[in-house]
Amino acid sequence: MLNKLYDWVDERLDITPIWRDIADHEVPEHVNPAHHFSAFVYCFGGLTFFITVIQILSGMFLTMYYVPDVENAWKSVYYLQNEVAFGEIVRGMHHWGASLVIVMMFLHTLRVFFTGSYKKPRELNWIVGVLIFCVMLGLGFTGYLLPWDMKALFATKVGLEIAGSVPFIGELIKILLAGDATIIGAQTLTRFFAIHVFFLPAALFALLAVHFIMIRRQGISGPL
Amino acid sequence: MHRGKGMKFVGDSRVKASNRMPNKPKDYSEYPGKTEAFWPDFLLKEWMVGSVFLIGYLILTVAHPSPLERPADPTDTGYIPLPDWYFLFLYQLLKYSFASGDYNVIGAIVMPGLAVAALLLMPWLDKGPERRPSKRPIPTAIMLLVVASMFYLTWESVVNHDWEASKAQGQITPKDLGLVPDIEIDENSEGYQIFQSQQTCVACHGGDLTGVGSNPMLLGNELTAEEVEEVIRNGRGAMPGGQFSGTDEELKTLAEFIASLKEE
Repeated sequence: MLNKLYDWVDERLDITPIWRDIADHEVPEHVNPAHHFSAFVYCFGGLTFFITVIQILSGMFLTMYYVPDVENAWKSVYYLQNEVAFGEIVRGMHHWGASLVIVMMFLHTLRVFFTGSYKKPRELNWIVGVLIFCVMLGLGFTGYLLPWDMKALFATKVGLEIAGSVPFIGELIKILLAGDATIIGAQTLTRFFAIHVFFLPAALFALLAVHFIMIRRQGISGPL
Repeated sequence: MHRGKGMKFVGDSRVKASNRMPNKPKDYSEYPGKTEAFWPDFLLKEWMVGSVFLIGYLILTVAHPSPLERPADPTDTGYIPLPDWYFLFLYQLLKYSFASGDYNVIGAIVMPGLAVAALLLMPWLDKGPERRPSKRPIPTAIMLLVVASMFYLTWESVVNHDWEASKAQGQITPKDLGLVPDIEIDENSEGYQIFQSQQTCVACHGGDLTGVGSNPMLLGNELTAEEVEEVIRNGRGAMPGGQFSGTDEELKTLAEFIASLKEE
């Protein structure tokens, strides 16, 4: 039954090469921790992606309860944390995942740097990787405000002041992010929510896709 | 397929090997024996690594519930801000005199900006074909120095932060949860008048006696009049003593008033 269904689709779209490409590609010895334990450094990128998937899933569940509004944001997080079944776990995974993803991405960056893997012909993938790093930091910064508690508000205040100190365009960036030149309030919260949930994830998905396609096109870098 | 000693690898979408592309792994068939297919052999190993990682992750999540401070209150100007831990090194950088005040733009924009730009342009700053860290000492040394400074700045930031005050200033109070006890305050009583006339009382405990910020609410307290008097004279916890500026008689009246703020 499943085979027939597969054949039916394959006959029309020729999907075999697409998934064989993912399934069949061979993994060389020098990146395989089963052969050289020190090859665990090649796991950091995969673990970063693993946490990213968890962040997406836990984030989707968080939005079922979270309300991006100054009156109710904190209340909804408090409710989620203390009343909702497993709410503490879902929020906990999103909270700790946000830190772990930075750690893993940092280690992945160091691995790529110290193995010289960014060199020709992988310059473009390195650039995409650095952009992913920036997007992740942006996700961390915007997500920090969303619980709308004291540390969120005041950390964001400092962050926006730093954005405002950029020469020439600082004030514009600040107003774009905060929704107002002086107030950090309802506008700021909804903007940070939109950036955290729509804009940056969209950028992240595009960059990740490019990152992975380039790995498949170039193969993993050879042994040192 | 065009490569692989006549072996057929269906799934190899890599750019065709040519002399124009260095630093490219050999053809898969050149690795004898130890190369393995992604599916299912290597994926299984990745899943094992992922599972071990997930266990640690879940233990962390269960052992340390994610923090939540009291609701944002923009009027509380005394709050000491703190960013998330991975921005602490930047936060610390802004405390040094060469990167703060008039030079704030150096610490806030120029230095991080240069770092990100250098990272982006790395493939062109370090163009040599050598990949081993020991064969390219300058990039290696610079990166090690940067990482060491990030660790050092984060450490400095952590040891110089008053974590106890930080914890106290964010505490969720009953007022935040809408748990203000239903107690009627006699606004004509002498005790209430004395309370309102004392700046220091109102500043911390609020004109409505529900407490300001993390300072305690007086409504529904569990103290006797003598104990209240004792606290006002000598202080307790974060509250300093000797703040009351009236007579002993007034202090007694005030203490009795506060002690009377109990639920029926």
